[in-house]
Amino acid sequence: MLIKQAPDIQPSEITAETVYRQRRQFIRAAAALAALALTPARAALPPYKKNAYGGGESANTWDEITHYNNFYEFGTDKTDPAKYAHSLKPRPWTLAIEGACRKPKSWDIDALTRAFPLEERIYRLRCVEGWSMVIPWLGFPLASLLKQVEPAGNAKYVEFITLHDPQQMPGQRQAILDWPYREGLRLDEAMHPLTLMAVGLYGRELPNQNGAPIRLVVPWKYGFKSAKSIVKIRLVEQPPISSWMKAVPREYGFYSNVNPEVDHPRWSQARERRIGEFLKRPTLMFNGYGEQVAQLYRGMDLRKNF
Amino acid sequence: MALYRNPKAWLFLLCLYPLVRLAALAWTGGLGANPIEFITRSLGTWTLTGLLITLAVTPVRRLSGYGGVLRYRRMLGLFAFVYGMLHLLSYLWLDQFFDWPGIFKDILKRPFITFGMAAFILLVPLALTSPHAAMRRLGRNWQRVHWLIYPAAIGAVLHYGWLVKKDLTQPLIYAGILALLLGTRIFWRYKKTKAG
Ligand code: HEM
Repeated sequence: MLIKQAPDIQPSEITAETVYRQRRQFIRAAAALAALALTPARAALPPYKKNAYGGGESANTWDEITHYNNFYEFGTDKTDPAKYAHSLKPRPWTLAIEGACRKPKSWDIDALTRAFPLEERIYRLRCVEGWSMVIPWLGFPLASLLKQVEPAGNAKYVEFITLHDPQQMPGQRQAILDWPYREGLRLDEAMHPLTLMAVGLYGRELPNQNGAPIRLVVPWKYGFKSAKSIVKIRLVEQPPISSWMKAVPREYGFYSNVNPEVDHPRWSQARERRIGEFLKRPTLMFNGYGEQVAQLYRGMDLRKNF
Repeated sequence: MALYRNPKAWLFLLCLYPLVRLAALAWTGGLGANPIEFITRSLGTWTLTGLLITLAVTPVRRLSGYGGVLRYRRMLGLFAFVYGMLHLLSYLWLDQFFDWPGIFKDILKRPFITFGMAAFILLVPLALTSPHAAMRRLGRNWQRVHWLIYPAAIGAVLHYGWLVKKDLTQPLIYAGILALLLGTRIFWRYKKTKAG
C-alpha cells in the first residue's frame, strides 16, 4: 500500500514550535499549570519526544480539555464525564488486535506504552457539534501498531471496539447508543502517519474522561470518530458500521471528515467556536490537514461519502 | 402595604433568580469551558420553564380553587418573554455576533432555530397586549390573542427536541409536562361541553 510521507515536520515549523512555547499566553499557561498541580498524580509515562505537529496553534488549557467532553458512556452532558468517569478502571487493561492479520496479538497497556516510542502531537479537534480545541496528545502512530500484526491482503478496514461495562461506565445503562461504542476507518486512513493512538495528554497519562487508557485520535475527522477507551481493534474486509451511523444513518456517515462545505442535516458546519475564543472562526477543510490527507479521498464525492 | 409584605414583590425577585445565578457564575468563572453555550442554554431552559409555569396557573387555580394565583399570571408570562428575548439576544450577539446572513440562513436551514424563532414571534403579540389598557380595549379578542401561548409552547418544545444530538430525555420531560398542562384544559373543556 502506498503511504505518501506527509510534509508534517519542516525545520521552519520546529522553530515556530519553540517560539510558540515561549509566547504562549501567560494566563492560559499559568492556569494549565495550576490545574496540573492540583490533579492527583498518575503514574509517569515513559519519556517522550516533542515534535512540530501543531503549526503554531495555542493549546487549550488542561481544565478546558478535561472538563468539556463528549463521552456518552458517562452521560450526555459535556460536564458529565469529568464528574462520573472516576468509576472507570484503566488498569489492568488489555488491547487485542485481531481479524485479518498474520500475527494477532494482545498487549497489556503498560507494555504497549513502553513498546512504542511516545511523541507529543498538538492537534486540532473539531467536534461535529461546532466547537473545537487544540490538544497536546501523547501517543504513537496507529500504523506502528498495525504493522506489528501484519495485516492480511483482505484487510480493507479497521474496526475499533471500546469497553462495554455498565459497572464502570454508568451511561451504558441507558440505550442511548448501541453499546459498546464502535468506530471504523479505511485501512489507508488507519495507516496514515497523522492517525494516533493516544495514551496521554499534556505529558501525563490520559485522564479517564478523555478516554483512558488508550484512545484513537484522527485529527481530520469529527471528534466522535476518535473512539475512547479501546479494548479491541479488528482488521476486517467490509466497512464497519459505527455506533453513530447505526443510531442516525442520515446524519452520520462512515467518513465524517471535517468539511465546511457539507452541512450536518440540522446545522451548518461552516464555522466553529474554538473553546476559549469569543468569535467563531471558519472551519477548515479536513480540519486544516488537507495537505496531508486530501489525497486519500481523491476522486470521491465528499457530499455522498459524508 | 409595605413592600416586603407584598407577595408580588417577592415573586418578582424570585423571577430574577436565573439572571442573578448567571451573573454570579460569570463572576466566579463557573460558566465552564464554553460560557456562550452555557448562557444561551440556560436562558432557553428558563424561557421554557417560565412558559410552563405560566401555563400551570390556570390548572392550579382550578385544582386548588384559589383564584388569587391569577394575579401573578401576567408577571410570570412577561418574565418568560423577557427570558426569551435574552435567549434570542444571546444567540444573535454572543453566538452569532450579529452575522445577519448567517443568522437568516440558520433560521431557514436549521429546523430547531426555525421552531425557536416561530415560538418567539408568537409570543410577541402576547407581550404587547399584556398592559391592562390593551386588555380592556381588546375585550373578548384578548383571550383570542393569548391563545397563542399554546402553539408557542409546542413550538418551543419542538425547538428543544430538535436540537439535541441523540438523548431526548430532557426535551421529553418538558414535552410530558406540557402535554399534562394542555391535557387538563382539553379535559375540562370536554367536561363543560358535555355538561352544558
Ligand atoms: C419561546 C422561545 C424559545 C424557547 C422556549 C427556547 C428554549 C430553548 C431551550 C429549552 C433550549 C435548550 C437548552 C438546553 O439544552 O439545556 C434552547 C436552546 C437553543 N435555542 Fe432556544 N428557545 C426559544 C427561542 C429561540 C430563538 C428565537 C432562537 C434563535 C433564533 C433560539 C436559539 C437557540 C439556540 C441556538 C440554542 C442552542 C444553544 C446551544 O446548543 O449552543 N431559541 N432554547
